[in-house]
Amino acid sequence: MSKIRVVHYINQFYAQIGGEEKADIKPELREGVVGPGTAFQAAFGDEAEIVATVICGDSYFSENTKVAQPEIIEMVKSCKPDLFIAGPAFNAGRYGLACATISNAVKEELGIPVLTGMYEENPGADMFKDKIYIVATKNSAAGMRDAVKKMAPLALKLAKGEAIGASAEEGYIPNGVRKNFFEKKRGSERAVEMLLAKLAGKPFVTEYPMPAFDRVAPNPAVKDLAHATVALVTSGGIVPKGNPDHIESSSASKYGEYSIEGVQELTSEGWETAHGGYDPVYANENPNRVLPVDVMRDLEKEGKIGKLYPYFYTTVGNGTAVKNAVGFASEFAQKLKKDQVDAVVLTST
Amino acid sequence: MVKEIERAGIPVVHICTVTPISMTVGANRIVPAIAIPHPLGNPALSHDEEKALRRHIVEKALKALQTEVTEQTIFE
Repeated sequence: MSKIRVVHYINQFYAQIGGEEKADIKPELREGVVGPGTAFQAAFGDEAEIVATVICGDSYFSENTKVAQPEIIEMVKSCKPDLFIAGPAFNAGRYGLACATISNAVKEELGIPVLTGMYEENPGADMFKDKIYIVATKNSAAGMRDAVKKMAPLALKLAKGEAIGASAEEGYIPNGVRKNFFEKKRGSERAVEMLLAKLAGKPFVTEYPMPAFDRVAPNPAVKDLAHATVALVTSGGIVPKGNPDHIESSSASKYGEYSIEGVQELTSEGWETAHGGYDPVYANENPNRVLPVDVMRDLEKEGKIGKLYPYFYTTVGNGTAVKNAVGFASEFAQKLKKDQVDAVVLTST
Repeated sequence: MVKEIERAGIPVVHICTVTPISMTVGANRIVPAIAIPHPLGNPALSHDEEKALRRHIVEKALKALQTEVTEQTIFE
């Protein structure tokens, strides 16, 4: 049998073109292996060959999906692959979304098996886990070896059209597909065992996990904006110059509360971004581009809003654990509530 | 964060560039922004044009806050 032809998708960072300052590069097709492809190629051995690598900037893909997607599909198509792999993206949000979006598009349009990998909290995982196989990885590139170890065999299985086992065996994120099989013990027996384990405080594994739908119903609209207090919140990392509270540039463990009392606009002398997940040049040049204090002050003066709340809340939304973000916001939201803030404008980069 | 603010009972609008992420996270009022490194600006414009653009987006966000919604809504 001839070797399985593989095309691999990676971003500008893993192609060693550059970091955030190069996140706007357009799609590019290179022959053979680039970056993490080396590890995949080693794991594939003689069974498969990475014939080409598509490289695209994360910001470019997110901001121009409609243009980038067909362009990349054409590049992939020209290589006549049997299999498409993307990433792994770990906890990089835009990269994960790009990997999942393009994998899904390749599957739909070219009809070949696809596989990507990322951390389970990556937004790309939640959006596409029921459409394509996504291997669950660790949350940072330190998990590359582990990711390749899981992804490479699953990719080969997919390419060969072999039966794919349950998510727990193969290492992909559960996709909601159920498979019938015979258990050794009947249901009533297993249920009683589970109940006894639960009563005894022993560990047990449910056979039917409840889906995690965490949706919050929208609050009623603001009725009288001209008398409303509006607060600004951002995940774009805007902080006083020097980042006095040392909010981390990624995986933030804290948020900041800063006074903007009397501040008419955010200047580059007084403010900057602590965010390490996007090119900071534009935000540092004019921080209002992320936190629109200048416009809010104008609207306040014109009486369009009652008052701009004298503090803003900020953190860095870059690989930040969901648990941390929930903790930050539930804490400062209580404060906003206590101070009778009527509405919040939250900006994200 | 959007969801926790909403849960606390305060209406919130999310201005962001990658709106599918905002949908996944569970924001109810969403306003698309310009670009990831400058959601409320465009360095290619003059200072005044850029501020007008920013104001336009903020006004859209305020309008979203004044609009009753029953489900996740992107205010284009």
